[in-house]
Amino acid sequence: MSDTVIEPAVENPPVAFTQDKIGWTPWLQPLAETELTDRHYEALVDKARAKSGYFALLVRDPDILEARTKTDNDIFYNTKDGLPRAERELAATAASRLNGCILCASVHSRFASQYSKREADVQKLLDEGVDADLGERWNAIVSASVALSTTPPSFTSDHAKRLREAGLSDEEISDVVHGAAFFNWANRLMLSIGEPTPAS
Amino acid sequence: MTDTIDVIDQLVGITPGAPADALRSRRPITKEHAQKSWTALFEPVDESQASLAERFAVAVFVAALHGDKSIKEFYGTKLTGLENGAVLLATVKALAELNATKGPYGHYPEGPLSVENVDGPALDIGPADRAILGDRLTAALEHAYLLTYRPRDASPAELEKLLSTGWNTTGVITLSQLVSFLAFQIRVVAGLRVLAAA
Repeated sequence: MSDTVIEPAVENPPVAFTQDKIGWTPWLQPLAETELTDRHYEALVDKARAKSGYFALLVRDPDILEARTKTDNDIFYNTKDGLPRAERELAATAASRLNGCILCASVHSRFASQYSKREADVQKLLDEGVDADLGERWNAIVSASVALSTTPPSFTSDHAKRLREAGLSDEEISDVVHGAAFFNWANRLMLSIGEPTPAS
Repeated sequence: MTDTIDVIDQLVGITPGAPADALRSRRPITKEHAQKSWTALFEPVDESQASLAERFAVAVFVAALHGDKSIKEFYGTKLTGLENGAVLLATVKALAELNATKGPYGHYPEGPLSVENVDGPALDIGPADRAILGDRLTAALEHAYLLTYRPRDASPAELEKLLSTGWNTTGVITLSQLVSFLAFQIRVVAGLRVLAAA
């Protein structure tokens, strides 16, 4: 059986937060494509994910992977109303920056830059950390995401008030809450079952 | 058995028609799959790699480490209903009370981020509690503590501790999902409570 830990010898691992396209390698054995059943493919939601070590490892428990993926997709991609995609990605990046997930932060900072066209501000968040000054609206979102991400969470009515004053509706604040909360799920998985690899 | 009650609604105390009910209802897919995530973890089709008692004991512990009394009680009630649950509950609650701290902290790979390293405790459960919990659950709680407070300190050696106490690869994935899902659920509840009180 494949119940052993993998210790990859990663050369030149990413040691700083970056918007570059870096990779990831697992510490436990993913399922091989030849082992995947119809149920596994269904749980992957997107079949191309069978080629990702991360998802091919998570699919060992298909029920939670499927539900998690559908939660994730709705929180981030359902943008017919509510908070703009860029700011959902900003909340995800802030949580990842606080928790220290270099890979998660790289992926979602790229999305934040792509959708906001504010690449320099996004880079400032990565370089300076969660206290970086990004303008009041973004500061309020980052601050809320950080407060939700501490353990115990420290998000209070003051954070909600600041977001409202920055122009967010309660529906949009709920989107911030879900984006930040979801990355407390994602960061912990990504950090604990594998590690980042350098850009190829 | 299928729970028809939405767990997040229950934990926030959302009643039909309340403003927080409207906030959740406008994202029906998120609501449905957050609940399905809960069901997948706590009403599993297959508990051969992680028992119900292990799942609920870890949940009580993680909720307690987050300082969330009502979520801790919610999972505690479920644990009490399981075989040996009351004994596990008392031990897990005492361990959480003794070891609760504030996160996140931990270390980065050596480099420019090393200046941001923050030291903090790791959990090492003593022999008396280990005798009650067993090696598997002891390792699971120690890992849950790591994931909750210092996820960036994770390493292959930490996973080896789980495998060496009888967890297999699939069980480790389920356990990792469970702790990480709770980090999500507890924060959604914390955020919605603030919005519901407005």
